[in-house]
Amino acid sequence: MAEKKTLGKEFTKGLIAENPVFRLVLGTCPTLAVSTSVASAIGMGIAATAVLVCSNIVISALRKVIPQKVRIPAYIVIIASFVTIIQLMVKAFVPALDSALGVYLPLIVVNCIILGRAEAFASKNAVLASALDGLGMGIGFTAALFLMSTVREILGSGTFLSGIKDLLAVFSSDITFNGFKIPFLSENPLTIFVLAPGGFFVFGILIALSNKLAERNGKPKAEINGCDTCPMAANCALIADGKTCEEVDA
Amino acid sequence: MKIALSLLLTAILTNNFILSKFLGICPFLGVSKKVQTAAGMSGAVIFVMVLATAVTYPINLLLRANNMEYLQTIVFILVIAALVQLVEIVLKKYMVSLYNALGIYLPLITTNCAVLGVVLLNIDNGYNFWQSMVYSLGGGIGFLVAMVMFAGVRERLEGCDIPKSLQGLPITLVSASLVSMSFLGFAGLVDNMFA
Repeated sequence: MAEKKTLGKEFTKGLIAENPVFRLVLGTCPTLAVSTSVASAIGMGIAATAVLVCSNIVISALRKVIPQKVRIPAYIVIIASFVTIIQLMVKAFVPALDSALGVYLPLIVVNCIILGRAEAFASKNAVLASALDGLGMGIGFTAALFLMSTVREILGSGTFLSGIKDLLAVFSSDITFNGFKIPFLSENPLTIFVLAPGGFFVFGILIALSNKLAERNGKPKAEINGCDTCPMAANCALIADGKTCEEVDA
Repeated sequence: MKIALSLLLTAILTNNFILSKFLGICPFLGVSKKVQTAAGMSGAVIFVMVLATAVTYPINLLLRANNMEYLQTIVFILVIAALVQLVEIVLKKYMVSLYNALGIYLPLITTNCAVLGVVLLNIDNGYNFWQSMVYSLGGGIGFLVAMVMFAGVRERLEGCDIPKSLQGLPITLVSASLVSMSFLGFAGLVDNMFA
C-alpha cells in the first residue's frame, strides 16, 4: 500500500506542486515560443511528454550501466534519439503541427525539463517511478502551456482552439470542428498578446499568480533556480571550484 | 555585401534571438543580474555559435550527400557538446585570460537552445556557408545586445518598490516584455533600408 501511495505521488507532484513551468521555471523557451495558439501548445505538450516518458524509462533502466562520468552525453544521445523519432512521426502524421512548431520541435532536445528530470530523477529511481514522474511532469508542462496559450490566443487572436482540426485529423479526417470565435475579440484582437512582448507579459503575470497561491499554502516563490534543478550543474565548472551559482552571479 | 548586412541587422534587431524568437531564455533570465556577467556569457555564446555553425555546415553537407538528414538533431547536439568541451580544454591550456573571462560559462552553453537553434535555422532558411556565418554572428551579437540591455534594466530594478506578488521573477518577465516591445519598433527597418 505504501508503495502505491508514493508511486501516485511521483505522478501527481508534477501537475501542480512541482509544475515544471510555473514552479520549477524550466523549459521557458518552448513555453513562450509555442503558446501563441492552443492547438500548437497542445501538440508541443504531447510531443514533449512522449519524449520525457520514453527517455525517463530508458535512462532509468540503464542507470546502473551508464558510467557516472559520461552520463550527461549519454542522456543527451538517448533524448536526441527519441526527439528524432517523434520528429519523424509528427512530420509523417501531423505535417501541419510540424510547420507550426518549426525549429522548436527538434529543440525539445535542449528542453531543460527533460534533461533535468533525467539527472534529478530517472538516474536515481526505478523504471516505473521514473515513467510516472515523466508522465506527471509532461502533463504538468502541457497544462501550463494550455493555460498560457488560452490567455494569449483568446486575447491576441480572438479565437480558441483554432487550427485544432489539423491535430484531430490524426484520429479522423471527418472532423470539421475547428475552434471557437470569441464574439468581440475576433474583430478587435489585441495582437500584442501573440507577439513576443505579450508572451513575456502573460508568463510574468501567471508566475505572479502562482506565487500568490503558493504563498497562501506556505510554499516558497518560484525563482530561476540556482543549481538544484539546473541539468548542467553536475559537470559545471562552478561547482568544481566549490562555488554556488549565487556567488558567481555576485 | 548587401545581403550580408541585411542578414546581420535582421538577426540583431528585427528577429532578435532572445526577444522575438525566444531562444536562450534561461541565460537571459538567469545570468542577467549584472552587466559584466551578462557580457561574459554573451561573449561565450557568440564564440560557440559561430564555431558551431562553421563545424556543422560541412557535416550537414555530408549528411545530405548520404540522405541521412533525419540524423541532424542527434548529430548536431553531440557535435555542439563535444565542441564546447574541446573549446574549454583548449582555452584553459593556451588562453588563460580568455578562459577566465568566458570559461565558466562554457559548460552552460551546451544546453542553450540559441546555439542548436541557430544551426537548425541556418539549414531551414537554406543559407550558404557565408550567409550562415553572418547570420550566426548576427544572432550572437543580438544575444549580447539583449543581455546587456536587460542587465542594465535589472540593475535599475533593484532599488524599486515592487508589489509583493510581483517581486523576483514576475517583474523580471514584465520588464523583459517591455524591452521586447521596444525592439518591435525595429520591425520593417531592414526591409525599408534595402528596398
